[in-house]
Amino acid sequence: MPTQETETQQADDQLITTDIQHAESTRREQPDQTVLEARDLDVFYGEDQALRSVDIEIPEHKVTAIIGPSGCGKSTFLRCINRMNDMIDVCRVQGELTFRSKNVYDEDVDPVALRRKIGQVFQKPNPFPKSIRDNVTYGLEVQGKSATDDDVERALRGAALWDEVKDQLDSSGLDLSGGQQQRLCIARAIAPDPEVILMDEPTSGLDPVAASKIEDLIDELVEDYTVVIVTHNMQQAARISDKTAVFLTGGNLVEFDDTASVFEDPEDDRVEDYITGKFG
Amino acid sequence: MSTETETGVEDGNTLFSDIDLSWEHRKNELFRWLLIAASLFGVVMLALLLFDVVTDFYTGLTEFNISLYEFFTQDGSQEETRAGFKGAVIASIMLMIMTAVLAFFVGVGSAIYLEEYAPDSRITRLIEANLANLAGVPSIVYGLLALAAVVNGIGIGPILIAGAVALGLLVMPIIIVSTQEALRAVPDSVRNGSYATGATKWQTIRRVVLPAAIPGIMTGTILALARAIGETAPLIMVGALFVNRTPSGPTDRFSAMPTQIYNWAAQPSEHFIHLAAVGIVVLLSFLFVMNGVAIYIRHRYETEV
Repeated sequence: MPTQETETQQADDQLITTDIQHAESTRREQPDQTVLEARDLDVFYGEDQALRSVDIEIPEHKVTAIIGPSGCGKSTFLRCINRMNDMIDVCRVQGELTFRSKNVYDEDVDPVALRRKIGQVFQKPNPFPKSIRDNVTYGLEVQGKSATDDDVERALRGAALWDEVKDQLDSSGLDLSGGQQQRLCIARAIAPDPEVILMDEPTSGLDPVAASKIEDLIDELVEDYTVVIVTHNMQQAARISDKTAVFLTGGNLVEFDDTASVFEDPEDDRVEDYITGKFG
Repeated sequence: MSTETETGVEDGNTLFSDIDLSWEHRKNELFRWLLIAASLFGVVMLALLLFDVVTDFYTGLTEFNISLYEFFTQDGSQEETRAGFKGAVIASIMLMIMTAVLAFFVGVGSAIYLEEYAPDSRITRLIEANLANLAGVPSIVYGLLALAAVVNGIGIGPILIAGAVALGLLVMPIIIVSTQEALRAVPDSVRNGSYATGATKWQTIRRVVLPAAIPGIMTGTILALARAIGETAPLIMVGALFVNRTPSGPTDRFSAMPTQIYNWAAQPSEHFIHLAAVGIVVLLSFLFVMNGVAIYIRHRYETEV
């Protein structure tokens, strides 16, 4: 797999540059307001350190891509943001990670409340074994809110799935194709109207057509939400993101800048090597 | 040239001639048939058993003129021609309902705790190991326990509740283990999806995990009850013998289907023995229906998760 990726990536170099310029023109001019900020963030799994002193400021209504080789801690960082790492017994977090200036690891922050403001889409589509409608309304219902048909339609339209499923809302979410299931998971994440959506390699299990639908969707989602996406695929990061963070082995964040600068003129030599496919 | 071709053909013929597999293939066949025989053994035994019971059942209906209508509408009696199975059937049904109520909630509750909440600690492992032991305890021991603790200890006497306690204790470990398996079959990715959507632990269990696991839980519970409905020893210990009438409620004395059959089979009269045969057919029908329902539920829902 990695070799294949590297090959396509070199062949597509020209394409990447054009895509970046397109993305720049639409959003780059807006002033950045920080939503999520990590300061000196360390994460340990038992004795192993997964993240080392990470500092990052993630801007509002932008797509921030997190790339890096396997095992560099990019998914760990993502799970820190909505405290899904709490589920892992041996995981320990030090330092500060703020959401709208509030440290999410403060004693008085309830991770359940945090996750109602920060939604997540997983690598493997994981719809509930329920109807499409129940999947979408789940987030609202656990908050004790009753979900109307309009809520369902709005979320499914937001996930670009409405036209495909509007006649079968009561059939099981598991009957959909992989790409549709992933968009259903996106609908589930946006239905309770969170502020941030975390995506952990959301297209890695999908075919290219389904993946490109999700990429187009991310472009629309960012109008209303802040998107943080972990990806293995550098073309994808270049195509869809405004900011790119590069983690390298050992859990170090080595470069974080506008996507165009990272891909065209990386400051760190190791990042240049990684992006041009010399390793990773 | 022709010699070359000939040697070539010879090479083809002699290529595998040094390998003699005929004995190995015979062994293959031999063991295949041995294993088929082993797996048919159970089926043959069940067939023989059914044949024996059905023959007695038939003789009972024809030679002893046992009327099925009267069999189901009359209570037990000392008088062989007036003895029926109604009281036993109703007692068994009441017993199953009470056993299910007692064992289901405690069993499913502790399975949920062990699978979803309990930390992976020494205590948890101790509990799980003891559950496995409990499932292997002979049923008569549960009868003794119920006799000592409930019938005599609390002093409620040999009533339906006491029988339900004995059977409930008996099937609880089975319900716990099958519920644990059903919960384990729900993928973690689905739980994570629920947590990430802002659900609490209980909401996740209640709204996502349990609905996905309920077919498995129901299947396990029905199979456990199917085991309980045929249990005789614990009921004899509790004192559910020598009662002929239909129980009026949970606090009434009773004799269930297996104990009534046991009672009849121990009588010297041929007529009573054939009444027992008819009773066995009825009990087996209950068992087959319960197993059938369990299999139906499993097949109906297994594709959906």
